[in-house]
Amino acid sequence: MTESPLGVYQAHLERGELAYQWSPEAKRAVFYPRVICPFTGSDRLEWRVSAGLGTVYATTVTHPREGAPYNVALIDCDEGFRLMSRVEDIAPEAVKIGLRVRFRIHRPGGDEPSYPVFAPVERA
Amino acid sequence: MDGLQRGSVAIVGIAESDIGAVAKDMSAIDLMAQGVHRALADCGLRLSDIDGLLCATAQSRTSGLSLAEYLGISPAFIDSTILGGSSFMFHVAHAQAALQLGLCKVAVIAYGSTQRTIGRRQASAREYNPYETPFRPFLPATAYALAASRHMHQFGTTRTQLAAVAVAAREWALLNPAAWEKKPLTIDEVLAARMISYPFTIRDICLVTDGGGAVVMTTAEHARTLIKPPVFVLGCGQAITHANISSMPDLTVTGAVQSGRAAYEMARLGPGDIDVVELYDAFTINTVLFLEDLGFCAKGEGGRFVSDGRIAPGGTMPVNTNGGGLSYCHPGMYGLFLLVEATRQLRRECSARQVADCDTAIAHGNGGVLSSQSTVILGTQATL
Repeated sequence: MTESPLGVYQAHLERGELAYQWSPEAKRAVFYPRVICPFTGSDRLEWRVSAGLGTVYATTVTHPREGAPYNVALIDCDEGFRLMSRVEDIAPEAVKIGLRVRFRIHRPGGDEPSYPVFAPVERA
Repeated sequence: MDGLQRGSVAIVGIAESDIGAVAKDMSAIDLMAQGVHRALADCGLRLSDIDGLLCATAQSRTSGLSLAEYLGISPAFIDSTILGGSSFMFHVAHAQAALQLGLCKVAVIAYGSTQRTIGRRQASAREYNPYETPFRPFLPATAYALAASRHMHQFGTTRTQLAAVAVAAREWALLNPAAWEKKPLTIDEVLAARMISYPFTIRDICLVTDGGGAVVMTTAEHARTLIKPPVFVLGCGQAITHANISSMPDLTVTGAVQSGRAAYEMARLGPGDIDVVELYDAFTINTVLFLEDLGFCAKGEGGRFVSDGRIAPGGTMPVNTNGGGLSYCHPGMYGLFLLVEATRQLRRECSARQVADCDTAIAHGNGGVLSSQSTVILGTQATL
């Protein structure tokens, strides 16, 4: 292999895209990215880019010894995969299960790789 | 005969090593060896009788090598499977398989940890996960808090109900002279304690202590010739559902459903037949989840089930009678202590906290972030 699953995923992120894998045989999303499909054992996995919409599946506010409390959440993306992330733009305790959220890229800067965060979907 | 056979092997010797806060510069292997020595004394066997060695600790990648060298033995059967705090229940099943097959005649399972003395970070380094670590989960607490959030959302479980688990554990601990915690605890104190990861305060979370111990197992036939009443292995079951919390299929249902089903099937018993319940309570939500998943109450009912003192001393269902990981001792991989307490209860060695007329016990281990589940059902001679 010339590129690792993480390498491809990270390259998408650096372009502002949340990528996931699709198993054509299982007809379902695979996340985190892997070299084989955990549902079929096949190495046929396609890369897709998420529309970036999802729903909060589980949420907590973690309180560090120093610094402000922060949100940690599990997000169910509409394409059928789940990932750990956090919801920004609202107070961490205001993040509720069932909240509709939209992906955006977070670029920590320095040598740290970009990672996906979410914000509430604005109501029309 | 295929598979593990109900009652083919027994636990014959048990011991804790020093627990709580141990002497400066004690190592995890020192504690394992101390546990082995004491557990051998408990059953009247000698180091030279051991030909099966099983062990795990977060502080040694190859603990089987380290412990065998330390003890000066070269066991015929050796297994240092490590799957988190449930490792020792897996070891029971592996030891039973080895004993049944004649791969060894006397197996000892050992554990040691000095995480309180050296610090949790030193004792068990966290692996970097590019899909989780950037979000700074305070593991394992954040993961279990996520599971609790789902349980509260789906079933209306409350923080007060979770706090009842901690209070019950404390009441049991006050009856156990070996327990770390010595003072009473109230629901209000649990709720008002320092928040760690919502809904958990520090009182919803297991202790950080040192500790270790050992369990000696042998065939049923050999067990009957030894000095203490044998505690027979009636059932074993195990299940792995994920490694990281973001890959757990349903945060309200653990692999204890499968591990419990397998253990009950082998034991030819059901939850209604179990007299003493020892569950891995790393967090208050664990007790709720495992009571449900092992069939002691319906899914979603756990919060109500643990209220009103039902699982506390004097309640109708004795759960975590040593005070649990919440109030007795939690060196990081607590499962071995569940086996020790279940055995003591069945031997009627528990003084003030003794459960009357108990002949069956369940010891349920949990590892990782609800990742590995392993259930062991034990029984006295009367259950055979």
